[in-house]
Amino acid sequence: MHIHEYQAKTLFNHKHIQTPKGILIYSLTQASDACKTLGGSIWVVKAQIHAGGRGNGGGIILCRSIKEVKNACSQLLNSQLITPQTDTKGLPVNQLLIEIGENITHELYLGLLIDRQTKKITVLASTKGGMDIEKVARKTPNKIIKFSINPLGNLSVQNCTFIAKKLDLHFKFTKQFNNILLGLYEIFTQKDVNLIEINPLVITKEGKLLALDGKIDFDDNALYRHKDIIALRDISQEDEKERLANTYQLNYISLDGTIGCMVNGAGLAMATMDLIEYFGGSPANFLDVGGDTTADRVAKAFELIQTEKNIKGILVNIFGGIVRCDLIAQGILKAIEKVKLTLPIVVRLEGNNATNGLKLLNKAKVEIHTESNLNKATIKIIKLAK
Amino acid sequence: MSILIDKNTRVITQGFTGKQGTFHSKQSIIYGTQIVGGVTPNKGGQRHLNLPVFNTTKEAINETLANASMIYVPPRFAYASILEAIETKIPVIACITEGIPVQDMLKIKAILKKSDSILIGPNCPGVITPDECKLGIMPGNIHQAGSVGVISRSGTLTYEAVHQTTLAGLGQSTCIGIGGDPIQGMDFIDCLALFEADSQTKSIVMVGEIGGSTEEEAAEYIQSNVSKPVVSYIAGLNVPQDKRMGHSGAIISANTGKAIDKIKALKKVGVAIAPTPTSIGETLLEILA
Repeated sequence: MHIHEYQAKTLFNHKHIQTPKGILIYSLTQASDACKTLGGSIWVVKAQIHAGGRGNGGGIILCRSIKEVKNACSQLLNSQLITPQTDTKGLPVNQLLIEIGENITHELYLGLLIDRQTKKITVLASTKGGMDIEKVARKTPNKIIKFSINPLGNLSVQNCTFIAKKLDLHFKFTKQFNNILLGLYEIFTQKDVNLIEINPLVITKEGKLLALDGKIDFDDNALYRHKDIIALRDISQEDEKERLANTYQLNYISLDGTIGCMVNGAGLAMATMDLIEYFGGSPANFLDVGGDTTADRVAKAFELIQTEKNIKGILVNIFGGIVRCDLIAQGILKAIEKVKLTLPIVVRLEGNNATNGLKLLNKAKVEIHTESNLNKATIKIIKLAK
Repeated sequence: MSILIDKNTRVITQGFTGKQGTFHSKQSIIYGTQIVGGVTPNKGGQRHLNLPVFNTTKEAINETLANASMIYVPPRFAYASILEAIETKIPVIACITEGIPVQDMLKIKAILKKSDSILIGPNCPGVITPDECKLGIMPGNIHQAGSVGVISRSGTLTYEAVHQTTLAGLGQSTCIGIGGDPIQGMDFIDCLALFEADSQTKSIVMVGEIGGSTEEEAAEYIQSNVSKPVVSYIAGLNVPQDKRMGHSGAIISANTGKAIDKIKALKKVGVAIAPTPTSIGETLLEILA
């Protein structure tokens, strides 16, 4: 689960990680008051969306007068912001963070993540902050310091000092740096974080280390033990269809193609998409209906697939392991009736009770193409969806 | 010979009396697996499926002399259950549970390294040695005793691969679903090492998917350590970046984890790549011809 920058900064502040003074606004009328309360003469208006690349997308605007702030706010509020990291629709901007402009002398990068290779929580730090850290990692890997933490141990002050030294940070900043890193580590481990990042972590002219931005991604599987984090969820930032699918325990992702897929199992669903492409078609979605799917869920899945804008046909691919294919077939028939499906449909059933399932579908009044061979099924739906 | 489990394996189920534990224990018994008991806290002393129930894994193992465990507890109890199993030094643990927090798995992974146990999973179908022992949720009937060792990160896609090796007339020595989570017990390399050393296994099928770099690491390992023919299929050639494809481990991010890179790495070391999920059996027959 992602959260907004302003929410991340609140969590930072709880751990005494300092951030620029800022105020969150929801409407244009709050803009000038916010500036006055903050004081100063330079402000930064920052669109709050669940995606990076806001700078390049025009979602962060530096302003030198209250008038400029108002202009920036009216431009951003209630718009759809498109950045290099969003899709072509962009994400809705419902809140803006107005912050005081700081005198920045240096930009660092500091983050923690779970390194799948070492199977450890890993600190990433770099003096090349502010930029796309992946680019830095690719082009100049020596500019990134990596430090792994024993999963059964802790990050110590000594570890932090060691990292600060490697960064060539002046010793007068070490104490601030250590506090920030320890704070991030505490949030990471206490709240089941997958990724936490300050980019950039800036050094100001006044000698302060400030988190200019904040990004936190939480482990969905652990949310049950963090009610306070669940409360930070903003569903306006989530794909409507994917969210709806989730409430029915369906794993759904919209794509651009013409062939809808309904598959049991995530791996098989990806493989089915690959097969459609291999034979010259294009999938309209990824959908894993799960191992113990029900008629209701199948109906809901058809409903979702039908709303895809380029949809021309549906391929159902079920490998019955524990689930019986005849039960799936009954579910499909019920669902077609309920949803009044008119699109061409090819059903491939294999495994547990597949023959009976295929028989049921062949006897049905509605036209359903059936196959037990996945290649043939795929070729057929591509033809029908032309 | 097979690997990990055989007809002499004595199995207990953790989360024995729950819906999943009950259903799959029953299926395993029907398949011929020696289930010798199970664990459900506060239900010790009762009988379930005509077998003894224990309060703790330790008790269960002391009483039944089990040497393998399968775990079906809900995700929030999985950490404690796996740990309990490791503490008993039981050699093989298969955790089927899906949705365990990744930081729980980080700790378990570190503890496993210093332990005597092997963990399969979590979020996996388990492990099966056809006609001998079924430690998991896979459908027994698609399997056939034979010579192919199967390793896979997926569930139903494993069944697809297994089914094809059965139709090809080769059958399987042992099939291991290592699971779709970012941090898991056994990985490809662990399984490859066991299959390489197993005399029954004549060839290996490795089913991978997007996310992480375990396929690339496996390729490196194969180059200098595996002499048996390997066929691989990698799912997810056509998925967009930064979208999680069902499994929490199946995500392409920051340019790592792409299917095409995995395929390249495996090809380079002589692994035969099945171009589609439907050509795994064919590809295997081709390289064995």
